[in-house]
Amino acid sequence: MNADTPRNIRVNDFVVKFANVNGSGSSSANRLFARSILRMGVPVASRNIFPSNIQGLPTWYEVRVSEAGHIGRRGGVDLMVAMNPQTWDKDVAEIDEGGYLFYDSTKPMPASKFREDITVLGLPLTAICNARYSDPRQRQLFKNIIYVGALAELLGIEMAEVEKLIAEQFKGKDKLIPPNIEALALGRDAVRAEFGKGIDLRIHRADAVGDRIFIEGNDAAGLGCVYGGATVAAWYPITPSTSLAESFGKHSKRHRTDPVSGKARYAIVQAEDELASIGMVIGAAWNGARAFTATAGPGISLMQEFIGLAYFAEIPAVIFDVQRGGPSTGMPTRTQQSDLTICAYASHGDTKHVLLLPADPHECFEFAATSFDLADRLQTPIFVMLDLDMGMNEWLCEPLVWEEGRRYDRGKVVTAEELESGREFGRYLDIDGDGITQRTYPGTHPSRGAFFTRGTSKTRYARYSEEGADYVENMQRLLRKFETARSIVPAPVRQNADEPSPIGVIYYGSTTPAMHEAMAMIADEGHPLDMLRLRAFPFHESVSDFIAEHDFVFVVEQNRDGQLRTLLINELNVDPARLVPVLHYDGTPITARFITRAIGEHLAALKVTPLRKQAS
Amino acid sequence: MTYLVKPKLHHPNLPKNRLGFTRRDYEGPVSTLCAGCGHDSISAAIVQACFELDLPPHKVAKMSGIGCSSKTPTYFLGQSHGFNSVHGRMPSVATGASLANRDLIYLGVSGDGDSASIGLGQFAHCLRRGVKMVYIVENNGVYGLTKGQFSATADAGSTSKRGVGNKDQPIDLVSMALLLGATFVARGFSGDKKQLVPLIKAAISHRGVAFIDCISPCVAFNNHAGSTKSFDYVREHNDAVNAIDWIEGRDEIVTDYEPGSVEDVTQHDGTVLKLRKIEADYDPTDRLAAMSYIQTHQARGEVVTGLLYIDDAPGDLNDRMNTVDTPLNRLGEEDLCPGPNALAAINASLR
Repeated sequence: MNADTPRNIRVNDFVVKFANVNGSGSSSANRLFARSILRMGVPVASRNIFPSNIQGLPTWYEVRVSEAGHIGRRGGVDLMVAMNPQTWDKDVAEIDEGGYLFYDSTKPMPASKFREDITVLGLPLTAICNARYSDPRQRQLFKNIIYVGALAELLGIEMAEVEKLIAEQFKGKDKLIPPNIEALALGRDAVRAEFGKGIDLRIHRADAVGDRIFIEGNDAAGLGCVYGGATVAAWYPITPSTSLAESFGKHSKRHRTDPVSGKARYAIVQAEDELASIGMVIGAAWNGARAFTATAGPGISLMQEFIGLAYFAEIPAVIFDVQRGGPSTGMPTRTQQSDLTICAYASHGDTKHVLLLPADPHECFEFAATSFDLADRLQTPIFVMLDLDMGMNEWLCEPLVWEEGRRYDRGKVVTAEELESGREFGRYLDIDGDGITQRTYPGTHPSRGAFFTRGTSKTRYARYSEEGADYVENMQRLLRKFETARSIVPAPVRQNADEPSPIGVIYYGSTTPAMHEAMAMIADEGHPLDMLRLRAFPFHESVSDFIAEHDFVFVVEQNRDGQLRTLLINELNVDPARLVPVLHYDGTPITARFITRAIGEHLAALKVTPLRKQAS
Repeated sequence: MTYLVKPKLHHPNLPKNRLGFTRRDYEGPVSTLCAGCGHDSISAAIVQACFELDLPPHKVAKMSGIGCSSKTPTYFLGQSHGFNSVHGRMPSVATGASLANRDLIYLGVSGDGDSASIGLGQFAHCLRRGVKMVYIVENNGVYGLTKGQFSATADAGSTSKRGVGNKDQPIDLVSMALLLGATFVARGFSGDKKQLVPLIKAAISHRGVAFIDCISPCVAFNNHAGSTKSFDYVREHNDAVNAIDWIEGRDEIVTDYEPGSVEDVTQHDGTVLKLRKIEADYDPTDRLAAMSYIQTHQARGEVVTGLLYIDDAPGDLNDRMNTVDTPLNRLGEEDLCPGPNALAAINASLR
């Protein structure tokens, strides 16, 4: 280490990035590292940046440490753990000035491969492994654990916490515990021998995690489907949505297996394609089961025709779209928010659909469960828009909540008793004026309440009709129903600046944590902004008010074309000049620094004087 | 579009079934298909089969795709829920419906365009999954609603109404169904109701996926000389291997048969199919032999009909998924929601 570097100790606020080779077993070691910091009471956020590949290509794992609770990406790297020679140059270049480079020094590197303005920490990891282990697989796997031990020592993570996690991880396979703990110690001892002390990035025990949990959005959404009463899942494997369907299977098996008969209170079909997946969902929901599919952009493209049928014939369906980089195959393992418009207006003809926009795994769970109530209430497809960043990464979030006694809203379903009592039934007859009509499940009553479901136009009594008046009345009623949806979908969350601000920001989904950190940075520069986080489409009426109250509003999102901005302009009739796009779409999750820079540049160009200067 | 209302009055002495329903109770509104369409004969056969089986009409769900054939569920079982879905996708909708409620009878009606062209994939996967349903393809070799284009089941060399020859090889749905593991495979002819009604009844009683390929000539576009799906051609080349005398355990119809000419097939639920053999050596429980027979005879231009294959212990998708006996659509919060305590434990495991 360079002894001349001025000490600039940073406690519980920095970024560590691991550069690994896909398939080398690094991900569980990296996860161990992140969780051990959490166990020190310090919030972290972890992000896998991985290729569409099983073995051999580069993969990264970024850990944001922030006692202040900023769990979005910040941008920049303070400590690079460079374990992949393929990406060495890029990785070294990414380190912030004054940062650290940790690497395997078994094979000497030429001096030109390093930088002057960073601290280089080399440990001969391969040599240590080869000396201790003879089995090639062990050499590889324990190398990962050894670097975790070394990093824990360098950063001041208590080794007891790491050991405890290892013991929890291998519970039931207890003989694996001692060798892993030994590997940890090998790393720790090597650091002590080589450097004698830790570095200036420090983990200090804190109490900033509270009762928050560390979970992937897909896992939380799959569990939300179990709690929300889904019984039929039909899906086709596609990154990044696959783990959502698998989560539903895992939790269902655990919680929905009949204890007496051993039989399943759920059914999961891995369909032949996305067309069949959504067809099965629609068939099941038509027949009174709660059903969902999970997919990504290409799947949504394939489902278009069926989505139009569900909209027009008014059949509940829940569709999780875990968005990735598009168009076409796009960037299958990278993140984007680029399916908003295709989902909002899916299928040919005039359609509009309800979208839910969760911002973290906590909301993934909640919105997943709620989506089934909304689908049954509104008798229409409900899209739950996740993305790869929140779906496939473990995020720190508030614990999942389910209130005792919470009931399902099955919507306007007419029972056999009601039919028997002579109640009038018209499948598309709007009795309540909210655009939502009544339905019966097939098989309800021997002689009343049967109807024919079709994708053609029809009368209020579900009879085929090509009469213009019948068609227009039906289409108008569907608009009325969409208005009803506006008032029952999750409302936006507003957060005002400490002092009145003429500028607003609208954002949603996985942009949220980076946005919060960015707003703190921008406020520090004297530009407090009012913030509105959208949680659903159609837009709540308060969204128009928010835009009207501000001179202009930044719309921050992760796609090229400003899709949310387009929806706002189209649906709320807003002057486009008042909505300023801030767009990040290179496939990596948006960072606080990016947002801060983009908004700062715009304000500078407009010569907006910081408020504090005005005051002084 | 015209709406023809059927008179509600009917003959007071119409026979009633065990549920007190007459045949009329299994009918629907008047068909809007062409006069003489084979599909209407199949609808009539479905009505008769359901009547004779004493089915409560509301316990049947009618599923279809798009096309002339897929319109027909409107015209039978007016007291049943029906679902006219999207082109070629009836099988997936039926699959989902069957998972949601295993207690209903699913009657899927499709056509050769719907199942052999746009929906070939869903046709295949539905059969290989063993969705418990009756899957009828009303097969006429042409697209009727779009006025007479060849479909994928049209035989190579057969000619269109305008005299154009079909150059592509046909897809034989029966052979495909056998390959794909369907547990009940039959072929009927809309012009032979005596053969068709028992086939439909047997299919409804089957506890797995039952596929019936029903040749159903299109009177408007495919009933001319040169067509291999015309009434005349099928009548002349019909090679029936057997005929079913459908018999339930409770009221056996006693008929005298030549010794060795009848085979009993006992199904899983105890019902017995009495199969009258027409082709002495044909064994409908031998899948490989059935495939060989069908291929051999079709190569000679014959249309092999009858109960071509049956597995007497089939099983279905719900069995394979080991779903509970109660239909999934009847489960409530108590059965489905693990509750707050389980969630607290899950939260604790994520820290």
